[in-house]
Amino acid sequence: MGRLTVSLCGLEMDNPVIPASGTFGFGYEFAEIYDINCLGTFSFKGTTREPRFGNPTPRIAECPAGMINAVGLQNPGVEKVIAEELPKLKKVFHKKVMANVSGFSVEDYAYTCERLDAEEQVGWLEVNISCPNVHGGGMSFGTEPKAAAEVTRAVKKVTDKPVIMKLSPNVTDITAIARACEDAGADGLSLINTLQGMRIDLRTRRPVIANTMGGVSGPAIFPVALRMVWQVCRAVKIPVVGMGGIASAEDVLEMMMAGAAAVEVGAANLTDPRACEKIIADLPEAMDRYGIRTLSELK
Amino acid sequence: MKQTIFRVESNTALTDSVFRMTLLGDTSAVTAPGQFVNLKLDGFFLRRPISVCDCEDGRLTLIFKTVGKGTAQMSRLPAGAEIDTLTGLGNGYDLTRAGDRPLLLGGGVGVPPLYWLAKKLRAEGKEVTAVLGFNTEKEIFGEKEFRALGCDTRVTTADGSHGIRGFVTDALPESYSFFYTCGPMPMLKAVYRRTVTDGQFSFEERMGCGFGACMGCSQKTKNGYKRICREGPVLEKEEILWED
Ligand SMILES: Cc1cc2nc3c(=O)[nH]c(=O)nc-3n(C[C@H](O)[C@H](O)[C@H](O)COP(=O)(O)OP(=O)(O)OC[C@H]3O[C@@H](n4cnc5c(N)ncnc54)[C@H](O)[C@@H]3O)c2cc1C
Ligand SMILES: Cc1cc2nc3c(=O)[nH]c(=O)nc-3n(C[C@H](O)[C@H](O)[C@H](O)COP(=O)(O)O)c2cc1C
Ligand code: FES
Repeated sequence: MGRLTVSLCGLEMDNPVIPASGTFGFGYEFAEIYDINCLGTFSFKGTTREPRFGNPTPRIAECPAGMINAVGLQNPGVEKVIAEELPKLKKVFHKKVMANVSGFSVEDYAYTCERLDAEEQVGWLEVNISCPNVHGGGMSFGTEPKAAAEVTRAVKKVTDKPVIMKLSPNVTDITAIARACEDAGADGLSLINTLQGMRIDLRTRRPVIANTMGGVSGPAIFPVALRMVWQVCRAVKIPVVGMGGIASAEDVLEMMMAGAAAVEVGAANLTDPRACEKIIADLPEAMDRYGIRTLSELK
Repeated sequence: MKQTIFRVESNTALTDSVFRMTLLGDTSAVTAPGQFVNLKLDGFFLRRPISVCDCEDGRLTLIFKTVGKGTAQMSRLPAGAEIDTLTGLGNGYDLTRAGDRPLLLGGGVGVPPLYWLAKKLRAEGKEVTAVLGFNTEKEIFGEKEFRALGCDTRVTTADGSHGIRGFVTDALPESYSFFYTCGPMPMLKAVYRRTVTDGQFSFEERMGCGFGACMGCSQKTKNGYKRICREGPVLEKEEILWED
């Protein structure tokens, strides 16, 4: 066991660094510039039952120390992901991947997870519940403990793989959602997804993003994410993957000191494609500086 | 794609708001005119995409307009400053489509990417017509340079202060074999309507990454969705779907 080794829901990883869903595609763009097998694993682009084009553009805005996106879950749909993306990925990534799943009804989630459960390359299912529930008045599944629990139960029924429920920070009490998922059988939790935000273009006096609002990510949200990870880790017993604004080895250590078993890195990959490679390389020295022998001792 | 450090060699004003920057570094990933680079600027989270205006072995020329804080900061970078740069981004123009008498249509800071293209087409012995469109005389740059390449160079200004009064579409030659264009959206739409041959259009979009990872820049085309940063920025005339 190396100094950086961690375990996530029973699966061992060489290190805790996981590129976050939506910021790493299906890995190939990054495999062009570094060997992505150095990663703990990565979470692939949010996949839905049907193909989705997503929102109109502009989908991206900048903010101090971060960005806002309203991509709208553009993805080729689960069948194409299985038929085309996973075989392509297999050539450049030899570890288990984290499958990120989105849906607009409980049945969608269950269907997509069941299809991905059959794939040997998939190690974990990460279920993004920040999506609107089209049969439930359009509120996000992740804002309502009952809806979050219902998705968790439906997904648990169709898979033996570890199920990690990815929580939305756009709620009053994130620990209530976390507990509901744990009680419904979730094997782990990941947080946070993006925080709702917007920008207005002073020249046009219109929102920069075509969809008006989007999700804020990047270092700007790190303190909020850290606070929520801290709270959730004290509210549940299942492992928590912490994310939101992580951009350095020190950020990883801080997030793990808050209780995270592993971390995801999102927007940093977009501005520095080698961000995760560098963070992993920097970890041992940063650990030395703070007298940390192994990451697993931070638990 | 490559991520390397470039060093500013020179940075000079061409007009009140347009600058030419030359950069020294590893240009091996830059393979075609119409590609772009993505620059990391201190204090800004997202990179700034800028088209390659010219590229020799180890030297990159960019021409940019100051429109906001990032490009304003770029305009103040002194010689010797280092910039973390992603190179070799985007597909670029396809020179094999040119035919004998290609037409280049550029508007404002859509002109720069056409320069390296013109240079390459001239080197292949093509008869190149370049129509460069600006708002007014004070904003004109590049005219001399296109002439020096031996292009039939026409300049239009919207206010008639220099060259032909009107837009690039008011200065089209009688005939041409193929066209290449880059410029603001209204110009691209006019070019689409007024041209009679096939052609290639270069598009801009707000970018999260510039290298295909975030899906921030997708556009619908007749051939399915394309990422402007990866399968673009150059699209074929016949595949474009205009959305408004
Ligand atoms: C493929 C491509 C090639 C380009 N080539 C050139 C060029 O050769 N010369 C040139 O002057 N300009 C070019 N642009 C436009 C240039 O990227 C923007 O003017 C620049 O990013 C503005 O940054 P800012 O900080 O000054 O403006 P701000 O408005 O403060 O920027 C805020 C955010 O919006 C983005 N943004 C603003 N305007 C644009 C735009 N038009 N296109 C894309 N993103 C934008 C910025 O990158 C930044 O993320 C190109 C754009 C693209 C997509
Ligand atoms: C461009 C972009 C696309 C994203 N797409 C998804 C997605 O498809 N599914 C998902 O669960 N999260 C998605 N996210 C959220 C990230 O995975 C992550 O939760 C969030 O960005 C916070 O981490 P960060 O600050 O390190 O980026 C996306 C984020 C960005 C910036
Ligand atoms: S800007 Fe990220 S995919 Fe094009």
